[in-house]
Amino acid sequence: MPPLPAGRVLQVVQAPDPVLATPGMMVDPTAPEVIALAADLLATQAVSPGCVGLAAQQVGIAWRVFSVDVTGHPKARTCHGEFVLCNAVVESATRKERGREGCMSVPDFTGDVARARRLVVRGQLPVTGEWVTLETDAFEAVALQHEIDHTDGMIFLDRVAGPHAVHPRRTYL
Amino acid sequence: MTLPPPVLAVTVLGDDRPGIVAELTEALAGVGGNLEDSTMTLLRGHFAMVVLVRTGASQEDVESAMAPLAQSGGLSVDVRSLPDPAHLSGAGQPFTLRVHGADRPGIVASITRVLARHQGNIVDLGTRLGSALYVLMAEVMLPEGTDVEAVQADLAEAASGLGVDVSLHPVDDDLL
Ligand SMILES: [Zn+2]
Repeated sequence: MPPLPAGRVLQVVQAPDPVLATPGMMVDPTAPEVIALAADLLATQAVSPGCVGLAAQQVGIAWRVFSVDVTGHPKARTCHGEFVLCNAVVESATRKERGREGCMSVPDFTGDVARARRLVVRGQLPVTGEWVTLETDAFEAVALQHEIDHTDGMIFLDRVAGPHAVHPRRTYL
Repeated sequence: MTLPPPVLAVTVLGDDRPGIVAELTEALAGVGGNLEDSTMTLLRGHFAMVVLVRTGASQEDVESAMAPLAQSGGLSVDVRSLPDPAHLSGAGQPFTLRVHGADRPGIVASITRVLARHQGNIVDLGTRLGSALYVLMAEVMLPEGTDVEAVQADLAEAASGLGVDVSLHPVDDDLL
């Protein structure tokens, strides 16, 4: 990851805010406002307990930018540390398993979602705009799919596995 | 400032056909009802639904609004006022319970008794009977600090007495 300027902590928006359902625009990863957003996402994620990823939509901006950091998570295997990707797409997704996930933008519920546990993603780094291919697995793969969904204007409720797959969120999450 | 109206539980049972949910919820909307949680399923072809609704209308008005459904639809409808729950359940760790085996009396009773002994709280449950096979799926909250292996061992013992297979697995749940 190229170094980023210091970011600001932004307010996280919650469903049903329409921005969460808005597919993101492609961005120029070298543009100053995109670099600033990348830094803001990391700063906001860092102060949010238990948060392992944040997409532009969640701070009110419908752009194809998100941050991920699964460092230290017990279910992570491959871990690329703290990073931001722009214009990311899933190249391949295999070994789907069902898990229960929650989202800072959906405070009341969790949902059962099938997500690939082997994942290849292509995207651009902020600042340089370099295209990178990221291969990952386990929890980092789940986090990436969840964030890429946000940049496509989808939340986990768009993917839940059936009428008994939405649950009240436990308070400590 | 006035208190919110009490929540009414509307229970509907009967022969299934297309349109029951639409008719029921239109009738509730007609008395200003705001739907809260609800669940509906088919039990061997029988329509079964419980819906919680808040409305400024009286229970009698809601019952009258349900009358056409009961009369022409051949459905049994019950409306009752529910007090707010004394405590919100949902504390603890969630587990998925799966049981399947040859049908016989007492499977659900024996298995759920084991959970109750361990203070397990069932928060979702469904059972299905096939031509010979009985299947039970449940979500159970076990208190923090529960000896899960002990629960699993007790379940296995009960299951072997019944000749069924049982499994109890933690539910992954992660904030992303
Ligand atoms: Zn999210």
